[in-house]
Amino acid sequence: MTPLRISIVGVVASALLILIVLELIRGRRLKERYALLWLATGAVLLVLSAWREALNTIAGWLGVTGYPPAVLFAVATLFILLVLLHYSTVLSKLTDENVELAQRIALLEERVSRALRASNTTKL
Amino acid sequence: MTASKSLGRLVAVIPAFDESEVIGKVVDEIRAFDASVDIVVIDDASTDDTAEIAESHGAIVLRLPHNVGIGGAVQTGFKFALAENYDTAVRLDGDGQHDASELEKLLAPLERGEADLVIGSRFVDPGGTYRPPLARRIGIRVFARLVSLLGGQRVTDTTSGFLALDRIGIELFAAEYPHDYPEVEATLVALRSGLRLAQVQVRMRERETGSSSITFVRSLYYVAKVTLALLVASLRRYPRLETARR
Repeated sequence: MTPLRISIVGVVASALLILIVLELIRGRRLKERYALLWLATGAVLLVLSAWREALNTIAGWLGVTGYPPAVLFAVATLFILLVLLHYSTVLSKLTDENVELAQRIALLEERVSRALRASNTTKL
Repeated sequence: MTASKSLGRLVAVIPAFDESEVIGKVVDEIRAFDASVDIVVIDDASTDDTAEIAESHGAIVLRLPHNVGIGGAVQTGFKFALAENYDTAVRLDGDGQHDASELEKLLAPLERGEADLVIGSRFVDPGGTYRPPLARRIGIRVFARLVSLLGGQRVTDTTSGFLALDRIGIELFAAEYPHDYPEVEATLVALRSGLRLAQVQVRMRERETGSSSITFVRSLYYVAKVTLALLVASLRRYPRLETARR
């Protein structure tokens, strides 16, 4: 069985994570779409920390016999990997969009200056 | 010489980053080859006065607000060619290594309607004089083999940035062009999209200033990135483009 102290620390830490994320959303410093994975991480860790029997059972399934909290760390690590992978996809998309924007600005600037030159010559 | 009618309106696309020392000469040489060619220099956020010099030599200059890398810069030129309805585009490097007097050879297969993409290769003719350092020679050859294998046509020089495109090619590359180290992957994308590829032997000059963008330190990234891109590109589905227009 998980030592009680670890369960308490787990509950407090995951609750804190959820609260921080909610506060960031409230202050508009974090978009909901990027907060959902963090909230899911917090929720899963909260449940596994508070519901000690469940953690024990899952540890049994996974063959973790000696130390059930190891499952807690494994789950936390897994979720962090998911969040990071998600961010890599977001970053890639932003990179593409950023290049596209730069290209459009370059093309538009050239068109604008050409149009301005043309209108200046017709005026003269 | 002047471009024949079948080539239609011709644009030269030149990506340039900090090439103020040679860009004027590059523009002049293309103009000397054919005065009717529109010359577009894409300034990839140079820190020097590349853009001003190109402009003073009569080039149309597209100024990127920040550095997007060679592929993104070249693609800007293809997008320009598409938007302004050019029929043919050639692409040369801004560092002067591509000899404008070779353009005639490069354009010949397009003129005859035999190809949609013509690559200026340093290795078509086995007696060519270009001898890069061993590591680079191996790299060039391995990528040529890989692209030939995955693309179903023998390609001799996939790392060359000296190329000519017809309208179909312009459309393809305006829509799809890798942002960094683009040449190898772009060749495969062209083959898989059904473009007709021709290769002609060209001379290339030694770089006049600066150094190749591929330093020894970056070469590992280059090889890994390009290999991954090729393998993934061969798993992707590309719409076959309608190239038989005549």
